[in-house]
Amino acid sequence: MTTATATGRTATGRQATPPPTPAKRKPMKTPYPTWFFIPAGVFYVVLFLIPTVASFYFSLTRWTLFDVEFIGFDNFIRFFQEPQLVTGFINTFIYAFVTSGSKVVLGLLFGVLLSSQIIGRGFLRATIFFPVLVSTIGVGILFKVLMDPFGGPINETLAAIGIQGPGWLTDPSIALLSVALVDIWKGVGLATLIYIAGMVAIPQEYFEAAKVDGAGAWSNFRHITLPLLRPATITVVLLSLIGGLRSFDLIWAMTGGGPGFTSDVLASVIYKQYQAGFFGLSTAGNVVLFVVVAAIIFPLSWWLNRKGDEQ
Amino acid sequence: MRNVAWKWGGGSVAILIALVVFIVPFLFIVFTAGKTQAEASFLEFTWPTEWVLFENIATVLQNRDWLLVRAFVNSTVLTVGAVSIMVVLGAMVGYVLQRRKSRWNPLVNALVLAGLIIPPAVVPTIWVLQGLGLFKTLVGLIAVHVAFGLSFCILLFRAFVATIPRELDEAAVIDGAGPVKLFFRVIFPLLRSVIVTVIVVQAVFVFSDFTYALYFLPGDDNATVQLTTFNYISQSASSFNLLFADVLLITIPPLIMYIFFQRQIVAGMTSGAVKG
Repeated sequence: MTTATATGRTATGRQATPPPTPAKRKPMKTPYPTWFFIPAGVFYVVLFLIPTVASFYFSLTRWTLFDVEFIGFDNFIRFFQEPQLVTGFINTFIYAFVTSGSKVVLGLLFGVLLSSQIIGRGFLRATIFFPVLVSTIGVGILFKVLMDPFGGPINETLAAIGIQGPGWLTDPSIALLSVALVDIWKGVGLATLIYIAGMVAIPQEYFEAAKVDGAGAWSNFRHITLPLLRPATITVVLLSLIGGLRSFDLIWAMTGGGPGFTSDVLASVIYKQYQAGFFGLSTAGNVVLFVVVAAIIFPLSWWLNRKGDEQ
Repeated sequence: MRNVAWKWGGGSVAILIALVVFIVPFLFIVFTAGKTQAEASFLEFTWPTEWVLFENIATVLQNRDWLLVRAFVNSTVLTVGAVSIMVVLGAMVGYVLQRRKSRWNPLVNALVLAGLIIPPAVVPTIWVLQGLGLFKTLVGLIAVHVAFGLSFCILLFRAFVATIPRELDEAAVIDGAGPVKLFFRVIFPLLRSVIVTVIVVQAVFVFSDFTYALYFLPGDDNATVQLTTFNYISQSASSFNLLFADVLLITIPPLIMYIFFQRQIVAGMTSGAVKG
């Protein structure tokens, strides 16, 4: 416990230093005082930075909130040995890449479609975007019922046209993908809108020039739209990957990680271990998630943005 | 010729698909919420033979000693509290960050990005909250939302402050305004359009949040609306009509927000799409 408070103190001490001492400043008072950072900084440092730094220490302990025992890397070893925890680790990647990839493809498709001259454009945009705002838990509950294998409306409809519907959430091999499907349903509207915003920013002159050169619809898309939508694509990829890797509530509402632990992801493992009282193991899961997110997002955003500069 | 076919044909097909894929599930919520318990248990997508929507909503509201009503009060306090703090503090940071090139800027920018990307460490956060005596309190949850939501606000404010001419600041300074007066009397009012965007986007996010409430404000006493719905599942496994009446109720506030602030929500959520 003493070590624990010590970690907390050093981190707080670091926070106190940022505002520079007034003596060093030029005598003229700036109208943009650095202390404007402090109120926000207090919230950020106390509730985000300190816990994040402390998590590295606590992940190396056996921890109940009253008692801390240092056990080295045991939590991490356990994390990569127990099959259910490993499943959660792998599922996190599957879930994030499936949802992110689908949102890019479908978002681009719908974005181009809803930027063209078709009837009901406003209605379509509003309709596709609305699920983004609805509570994730509400959507989870709704689709859990719709996807019910016994008498759920989706399978009833499939049965009516002669297809035997799968056990969406009860079949271990597809439960995770079913949840991912609902995630795509809920999130594709945001990707679409980002692409529409990107389409609007493309100057019409390019298309007029291409028309003079005799370009068809496909080469317009391939050589004008797609390259100029690059910033939008980067935004969609990064946003949906960050969201996908951290995703918790939809999975929790729909399957609770089940059947068994076949649809567990890191975030749900973290919650389960926390619930079971294994705070150290839960925090180790958090550190793993931190590393996974950082290892994917930082290089990816650097790479995506650098390639953009070269062009 | 081809364009006309696309305009009407493509549009009709798209509308048809949108109806089936996006509207039917929401109608399912409304229909089920309007049925009697016996009829709702069939889980069919049908028009209710007998509409008891308002009775169901009344039941849901009164259930367990007006739990849902108290939850709505909690969620409202949470949303208003967290969003107002976020807006003021985020605007202060975004403003100074854009206006003044100091050696702290790279650090602050890095922290802002980290706040957007890095998943919060939940159990250590609980540990900190407990040390402060704020665990399982509404104030604690508000503070957590502020801490996690600031980054997004700062990014939007920083971008918008860049569009306000510096000459305004200079004029105010010559007129004798101090830093605080300059910000709150001159700059802050000019941020109105982006403030609306931030408020709406963050309000929807905080109101719909489930994860943080589950971790930092567990228990029934001061549950938020999202949490009550989840607790509802286990308690009334057979009364789908009540469950969906509950889902319907918690869906209405974001719907109202969307109808009134569609433009701002879209602007806020797609910001960054163009500039990358």
